[in-house]
Amino acid sequence: MSEQRTIAAKMLCDGAAFHTSVSGEPRAPLCGMGVCMECRATVDGSPHQRTCQTLMDQPPSTAPHQAHFDVLVVGAGPAGLAALWAASQSGVTAGMVDDNPAAGGQIWRNALPAEWAQRAARLESNFLPGTRIYATASTPNGLWAERGSPSQRVHITYNKLILATGARERFLPFPGWTLPGVFGAGGLQALVKTGLPVEGKRVVVAGSGPLLLAVAAYLKKRGARISLIAEQTTRARRNDFLTLLLRNPSKLLQAVKLRAQLGAIRYRMSTWVTRAQGEGRLQGVTLNGGRTLDCDYLACGFGLVPNTELAALLGCRIDDGYVAVNHSQQTTVDNIYCAGEPTGIGGVDKAIAEGLIAGYAATGQTALARAGFPKRDRGNLFRRQLDTAFALRPELAAITTPDTIVCRCEDVHLAKILDHRSWRDLKLQTRCGMGPCQGRICGPAVEYLRGWPADSVRPPLYPVEARHLL
Amino acid sequence: MSAADVVILGAGLVGASCAESLSRQKLRVTVIEAGVVGAGATAAGMGHITVMDDSEAQFALTRYSQSLWRARIKELPASVEWQNAGTLWVAADDEEMQAVHTKQAFYTQRGVPVHTLDARAVVEAEPNLRPGLAGGFLVPQDSVIYAPCAAAWLMQRAKAAGAHMRLGVRATRVDGRRVHLDDDTHIDAGSVIVACGHWSRQLLPNVPVRPRKGHLAITDRYPGFVHHQLVELGYLKSAHGHDNESVAFNVQPRATGQLLIGSSRQFDIEHSEVEPRFLARMLARAFEYMPGLQNMSIIRTWTGFRAATPDSLPLIGPHPSHDGLYLATGHEGLGITTSLGTAAILTDHMMHRPPAIPIEPYLPARFANV
Repeated sequence: MSEQRTIAAKMLCDGAAFHTSVSGEPRAPLCGMGVCMECRATVDGSPHQRTCQTLMDQPPSTAPHQAHFDVLVVGAGPAGLAALWAASQSGVTAGMVDDNPAAGGQIWRNALPAEWAQRAARLESNFLPGTRIYATASTPNGLWAERGSPSQRVHITYNKLILATGARERFLPFPGWTLPGVFGAGGLQALVKTGLPVEGKRVVVAGSGPLLLAVAAYLKKRGARISLIAEQTTRARRNDFLTLLLRNPSKLLQAVKLRAQLGAIRYRMSTWVTRAQGEGRLQGVTLNGGRTLDCDYLACGFGLVPNTELAALLGCRIDDGYVAVNHSQQTTVDNIYCAGEPTGIGGVDKAIAEGLIAGYAATGQTALARAGFPKRDRGNLFRRQLDTAFALRPELAAITTPDTIVCRCEDVHLAKILDHRSWRDLKLQTRCGMGPCQGRICGPAVEYLRGWPADSVRPPLYPVEARHLL
Repeated sequence: MSAADVVILGAGLVGASCAESLSRQKLRVTVIEAGVVGAGATAAGMGHITVMDDSEAQFALTRYSQSLWRARIKELPASVEWQNAGTLWVAADDEEMQAVHTKQAFYTQRGVPVHTLDARAVVEAEPNLRPGLAGGFLVPQDSVIYAPCAAAWLMQRAKAAGAHMRLGVRATRVDGRRVHLDDDTHIDAGSVIVACGHWSRQLLPNVPVRPRKGHLAITDRYPGFVHHQLVELGYLKSAHGHDNESVAFNVQPRATGQLLIGSSRQFDIEHSEVEPRFLARMLARAFEYMPGLQNMSIIRTWTGFRAATPDSLPLIGPHPSHDGLYLATGHEGLGITTSLGTAAILTDHMMHRPPAIPIEPYLPARFANV
């Protein structure tokens, strides 16, 4: 599955303006995944369009107005594809939707493991790309989705639902992070995969987690000059993690391959960006310790945050930020399953293992589901190892200075946030988290800075045209 | 145990106004709020400062309150986002134009500046309304504020005048002049004011307020699309009728360029969830009047509960059978407007001074068995 160019990639390439923030700053895409809303621009006369999710040559929408699936999978990343494949083995009608124009997920996209790429190709007729679920319908087991541009509404019903809604990047705000040229790590990769050239660009990759290495390797392959990979965790923790990998041959192999691809690129532990600087766009970064580096792009992400909003809207119990599931990946709501990052950030192997279990379990193939438990359990072990190895150090809270914008939608600075005693109070008094990204970017940052977990979820899950709420 | 001259239960805009007004009389005021400042109907509502003519008593209180707001425009912090948008009542047909003429006479006789607009003038005033409307009625002094910040500002003023505030504690029982709290403490007070909106019933089960649920939706930023607070004349039927369910076209421009789309009213619904079917009904009504709203991006929807009374007038004044207990609730959809007036006449009453407008129409004693 090749990917086509998005409007956001084309606009970045042309140096076109996206939108201006409420306090007058020019803004450009951050997340590259349709979450942050910073890529909004007026497209064909319609304001506030998310350009990172819209193709340059958007095919006219051929959306059915109504669709029914015995099994509906939401999310076409590794977990979703595995679930769709497993469910399809039973002969039921299984369908899959994803916000993105193509399958593969936010990180893997068109670079899925070969076996899964083939399976994905075979299942393509069951896939509705560019389809975003934004609300539950009043009919039982019904959801509302929108797709296409101009968007059309689709009423989708299911007997069994598998949520494979993946994750987004965690951002910790620091001075200058609102400059155009600062991206998420996965975000810059997503933009490059959808048409942004990076040949010859000087890129700093910073934050935490193995994703930084994968992104750096990918960008390097596409001709970028990676100046540095800055990892906040300590050398000791990283070494402990590597020791554990010795017992996980497939992961170890991945790590060795990655390291080989990175070649001489510097990979520094206990290092993080404290400031991004530039006139109107990013020109350089300052690291802890005071060193500065010139660069064109910064790709930064501090791990991943699970996308649990749809699960929460459907009434599934969320424990400590993750969707609660039983051994068969079933949530606390009958007929709703969940697989992949929303149940715990564990990467592709865990996602595929859980997707298979969910797909088999949802279609009564219990023996096959059970056969997948050991692999899933190994995935969960890896998840816990990741959590420990890349836990965010408390000093990182200091990179957010009082005059740093935390809520990019409403331009709320940290100083304001510190004045309030709860999320509710903060929201009401400053509108922090009340903008079009609905707190998906500032929420995890505020949670890290103040310890307040995310608020309740209401429809629409994403901004939608008012007519779609009829 | 602690003591105060006045304990106010509830830090919504009404409670905060009372706190400010009474603490400026050198009374020792303590405000008890279970959540955060301005988080109930204050946060959920649209935030208009409007003069209404449903009854003489409603007119008197809304007009007096608006004059109090206008007298303080210069004091308001920027966060309150005071906008003198004016209210434009929209008449769909000739029958509604008749209502416009009646309103025109009512307001004019009482000295409120208003303008009647014909079909062409409505188009000029609001080009995005649907074509073919009969006319409208403009109340230019009506305004719009961001109410949660107004409540916070009034609480801050109250604190500057010596008031205390306790957040995160709930009053569980009022026993004479003693208020019991859910942290197993109590406060003794000279007077207790219950200003908890529809939650007042939890303390005083016989208070005649019913929760009346409303839905609202807010758009992304579309500056200049709407200039006035727009309301269909049919709103009066919706707001002042007692049908179990009704919707009316009501769109408000916010200082941010966002549009707030309402309005809906439902009795006897206790849960606060957004109800897609009812939201749809409300939006469909808005689209009838303003088709361009259909393509606007809705970023959030929510609900809230108004405290409605049987005669659509608030409950302001002493409880008829409990010495030292006062009510300041039942403002339904007009609590933002009438907060300052409520505080002023209640303060005057408690200080044994003649209020600027008669308090009698709002006294809780008008209902038997309160």
